[in-house]
Amino acid sequence: MNTAHSASRRDFLRKSLAGGAFLFTGGAAGNLAVTEPAAVPAVPKAKSRVVVARDPQLRGTGSTVDSSRVLALLDRAMQTLFDRDHPAEAWAKVVRPGDTVGLKVNTLGGRGIATNPQLVAVLCERLQQAGIKASDIVVWDRDSNELERAGFHLSIGGNRVQCYGTDRVDYEEDLAAWGSVGSRLSKILTQRTNVLINLPVLKDHDGAGVTIALKNMYGVIHNPNKYHLDGCNPFVADVNMLPEIRTRMRLTICDATTAMYEGGPAYKPEFSWTANALLVSQDPVALDHTGWQMIERKRAEKGWKTLEAAGRPPRYIATAADSEHRLGNNDPARITVVET
Amino acid sequence: MFCDLDVRMCGWAGSGRETGLGLDRRSFLKCALASGAALGAGTVAQPAAGLSSGAAADRQDDAKFITEARFYQKLANRKIKCKLCPRECTVGDKERGYCGVRENRGGTYYTLVHSRMAAAHVDPVEKKPLFHYLPGSVAFSLGTAGCNVNCKFCQNWEISQSRPEQIPAEYAPPHRVAELAKQYDCPTIAFTYSEPVVFAEYLMDTADAGHQAGIRSIVVSNGYMQEESLKAAYGKMDAVKIDLKAFSESYYQKVVTGQLKPVLETLVTLRKMGKWTEIVYLVLPTLNDSDQEFRGLAQWIKANLGPDVPLHFTQFHPQYLMKNLPITPVPTLERAKAIADAEGLHFVYIGNVPGHPAQNTYCPKCKRMLVERVGFTASKMLIRKNSCTFCQQPIPGIWHA
Repeated sequence: MNTAHSASRRDFLRKSLAGGAFLFTGGAAGNLAVTEPAAVPAVPKAKSRVVVARDPQLRGTGSTVDSSRVLALLDRAMQTLFDRDHPAEAWAKVVRPGDTVGLKVNTLGGRGIATNPQLVAVLCERLQQAGIKASDIVVWDRDSNELERAGFHLSIGGNRVQCYGTDRVDYEEDLAAWGSVGSRLSKILTQRTNVLINLPVLKDHDGAGVTIALKNMYGVIHNPNKYHLDGCNPFVADVNMLPEIRTRMRLTICDATTAMYEGGPAYKPEFSWTANALLVSQDPVALDHTGWQMIERKRAEKGWKTLEAAGRPPRYIATAADSEHRLGNNDPARITVVET
Repeated sequence: MFCDLDVRMCGWAGSGRETGLGLDRRSFLKCALASGAALGAGTVAQPAAGLSSGAAADRQDDAKFITEARFYQKLANRKIKCKLCPRECTVGDKERGYCGVRENRGGTYYTLVHSRMAAAHVDPVEKKPLFHYLPGSVAFSLGTAGCNVNCKFCQNWEISQSRPEQIPAEYAPPHRVAELAKQYDCPTIAFTYSEPVVFAEYLMDTADAGHQAGIRSIVVSNGYMQEESLKAAYGKMDAVKIDLKAFSESYYQKVVTGQLKPVLETLVTLRKMGKWTEIVYLVLPTLNDSDQEFRGLAQWIKANLGPDVPLHFTQFHPQYLMKNLPITPVPTLERAKAIADAEGLHFVYIGNVPGHPAQNTYCPKCKRMLVERVGFTASKMLIRKNSCTFCQQPIPGIWHA
């Protein structure tokens, strides 16, 4: 990457983000009506919306996810979330031409419980149709080897969707700090993207209780191992308060095509189930709360005690919603779950 | 040769924990790499082509640094419980302990930093600081990534709070370290910079290699470890310097993310083992600088370790997550020393204040100066046969023959 270009771009992005609002650049991209992307609100809305889209036939007659079906599922989820008739209209609420979009996947657990590459592929298709250049889309996680083990193909440079880990570009020299956390952030986030779409999976965690949208941000920082004490609380919430993350976050699409209810974060097939679902929301707290309940229902079905009874309730979710953080809603009365 | 560093950058302006290099990260890593080149231990891989000039080095060949850890217990469902330090991390498959350098892979726990030298330098032993151990000598000093606490004032946070794959390192197996110590005329190997507890396996094997070559070993540590690992690892040391961060549990909890009690137990155990031990107390203005704390500390040391354990009160400089505090005023350090002296401790020093008379060693009986220090240099040495030259009072320590 040209250093001078990236420096001027970085300055531009910093100024934009410091303004606290997205710039309206005007113009049209193809046939899209230009609308201002729906910025994630600085304070949560009175009611948050979480869409749970399911397709029992997502895998067809086989065991792998069918690309055309996952595209249809994604479209249905997005259209429902934004109450739009067409996927392009829904995506126009999230991104605009000129954005550089980071897709933060989750690959730590390996291929069995990682963000599905087919989902990511169809998502990239929709982003490009929304006017995002392929080379301005970065599929990323902390480590390139973990990406490859999860089924992603590394792609660096050229006019195509990028895919690599932070190990290729390093972390920022300086610390970002909020509350109890002080960490160096991935340069993929800070220097290469201005929009963050969070693509976690749905699984339990032996320390935090569950690991879904909010905890997926541990893959952004250089020292997640320091923040696993006390059930990762308040650290998960504090990480999500880092301005570099918070100002870029636009949307969470939780890959619940395969989910886990016990034994996480590593993949334990004996404790997984084919939920064949996507959870999408602009409120990561509400999404985590909803995903948590799905895990609890499956645990009950399988005869496992609740996470609370197991000594690991996901307390970080309530912290993320508290008056100090206000990252979203965890009150079921303020969450509208739309099943589709 | 190693980086020709300005002494001021190598520990003056630092915490009680000696700084590897007291540099910004880019300079630090350049120095680490330069040290590696000087070691002739192979080169670090170059960044992948096509990425920005700020790209990290390509992944090193990790396999050679990985060996099964000691001090852990296997549990059901491929979990383990680490027994190295009081955290006793229960670590699931594919996860790491708090320290970031030990990882569970399929139910077996591995250290990721054996022979993975992230920082190396030839330091005067006074820099550790160890004032009653072979004064004027030098130590081949090394450290890896990782730490089992997270002191908000850490000067070496760039390696201590990093995962090993995030920083360049050289492959330096134990016998190689011993060779290098000999090559650079170092009678001692020092394990330091980050936190040697977390690289206990490497420390133990290297200490053994050093002893076989006639080279001693010392360690600079937070002492936050379990008794079994302490005896096994630091039992191989010829001298130990412990950073006692404060004399309150709340400080340990809030500022260090650790616990005081296990560190005090470590000090008592080291005493029972007969290990020469010195203590550093880094004084942070407003946080651990009360008379009550100084007095409590001094009384505890005298009662549990004896009056002859050297205690260093050192000056804090803003670092890492603690940039909001000022440098420790010298009068605060002098107050601490006065309190400790009044409680009957014999060897109380002030550190990180170049030229302060409290950096010298004085006979506790006749009060004459026995070792004069200027910076990290011992310029006078008036201890003969382990005693004061003037009044023959025994002066405890490990002195030159």
